[in-house]
Amino acid sequence: MPDPKMAEAATKPAGAEVLSVSDLQAWYGESHILHGINFNVKAGEVVTLLGRNGAGKTTTLKSVMGIIGKRTGSIRFNNEDIIRASSDRIARLGVAFCPEERGIFASLDVRENLLLPPIVRPGGLSLDQIFELFPNLKERLNSQGTKLSGGEQQMLAIARILRTGARFLMLDEPTEGLAPVIIQQIGHTIARLKSEGFTILLVEQNFRFASTVADRYYIVEHGKVIDGFANSELSANMDKLHTYLGV
Amino acid sequence: MQALYAQLLVGLINGSFYALLSLGLAVIFGMLNIINFAHGALYMMGAFTAYFLLHLTGIGYWWALLIAPIVVGIFGMILERTMLQWLAGLDHLYGLLLTFGIALIVQGVFQNYFGSSGLPYAIPDYPQIGEWRGLQGGMNLGFMFLPVYRGWVVIFSLVVCLATWFLIEKTRLGAYLRAATENPTLVRAFGINVPRMITLTYGLGVGLAALAGVLSAPINQVRPLMGADLIIVVFAVVVIGGMGSILGSIITGFALGVIEGLTKYFYPEASNTVVFVLMVLVLLVKPTGLTGRAA
Repeated sequence: MPDPKMAEAATKPAGAEVLSVSDLQAWYGESHILHGINFNVKAGEVVTLLGRNGAGKTTTLKSVMGIIGKRTGSIRFNNEDIIRASSDRIARLGVAFCPEERGIFASLDVRENLLLPPIVRPGGLSLDQIFELFPNLKERLNSQGTKLSGGEQQMLAIARILRTGARFLMLDEPTEGLAPVIIQQIGHTIARLKSEGFTILLVEQNFRFASTVADRYYIVEHGKVIDGFANSELSANMDKLHTYLGV
Repeated sequence: MQALYAQLLVGLINGSFYALLSLGLAVIFGMLNIINFAHGALYMMGAFTAYFLLHLTGIGYWWALLIAPIVVGIFGMILERTMLQWLAGLDHLYGLLLTFGIALIVQGVFQNYFGSSGLPYAIPDYPQIGEWRGLQGGMNLGFMFLPVYRGWVVIFSLVVCLATWFLIEKTRLGAYLRAATENPTLVRAFGINVPRMITLTYGLGVGLAALAGVLSAPINQVRPLMGADLIIVVFAVVVIGGMGSILGSIITGFALGVIEGLTKYFYPEASNTVVFVLMVLVLLVKPTGLTGRAA
């Protein structure tokens, strides 16, 4: 059931473009990874980037977050061009990032990990709301961050960006290496966040999981977006999808 | 016995300086990944700042304890902004060479104007409360005579070290610092201005060195090479304690000062080398240092 306070904080009317990426190119040192990525995300949507390993999905998220050294093209977040912005500035505009490797800090306990990202705007979840979503975390507050199980670390990595007030979340393979029951819990969490007005950009290899939460898909291959369709068109595109993902 | 206690006290005093300096080195190494060879020169600048404050403006010891770390800390932050920041991500060797060069230049400039001999800096004789003349004089503890200033240096250093430890291990700011030591990219992606935090951290480490310099001025006089002599031992302390550990550098600093003092009493011939012998032993048995993490 949506919490009225959180629903109220959903500022954007549904349908307005939150993120618009066009002709995004990015480099890791000398290697050219992204060769012109185009896609957009509208307010309240869950959009999933699908693709094989090394296709450029993670690099796309990192480029939006501003942590890839060299990037060209255009990334507009709420109509502001952020292609040249530093990552701390992008975070303060309301973009939150949950990295694939989760990024739980070993020298911080769970509480410190949870409280680490600063509040960037009002409307974030309170600690009580977070513990309601992830009851396990409450019991482990004083443990060292990296002593948690993989599933708990993933929950902590998601939980800590919900406090900040950012309404646009980028989750990089949140289900990777986790047990089915935990994947299900993360799926419920994403559905709940969506119902409360969060906009989510998801990177997944596991499209069965993605199909339970996503509104739309983009297929990334060799650093380009080569296809895109809505969730309602998923079954019609199943054959193509198998070819793209090689599964 | 009197001589033993006296050497123990000297050991604790030296240990205070080792602890303050290696603590600053540990903080800097953790955040900037730079082995700050300029640390001794910055310690010397702290002492000289106190000297200038007194002789050019009449500002005495107590204010110098506050002003010198700020002034030298700002100087350090300028070094970081203009030079050290460009070394991020490069091999340790570059930072080591650059800061070593900075140390030589700074020491050379001071030597040019002040030679190599020491300039006196008096122990403060105020505030005067009852029989107390500031930090001058001493008191009889029964088993030994304790010069007040020396007792003050040990206690004050300990307080500053523990306050720094508390700041880093127990506060929110410290959590940012520890997190940024592990993964600066991610901390920045949470909206924290990590480059500014790195500059301030360097300023903090340098400020601790300058504070040690002020504390040392009345005991060891103010000399351009005072830091160069000390820093070699401090690096041995850091190697023994383990690079980058906060509590480790504090404990090792005091402990090695005391061990050095005891050696002076029991086997004076070895007092100048005992720290280095210990360093060799620690490197053979546990190369990351007693409390260190792998670099």
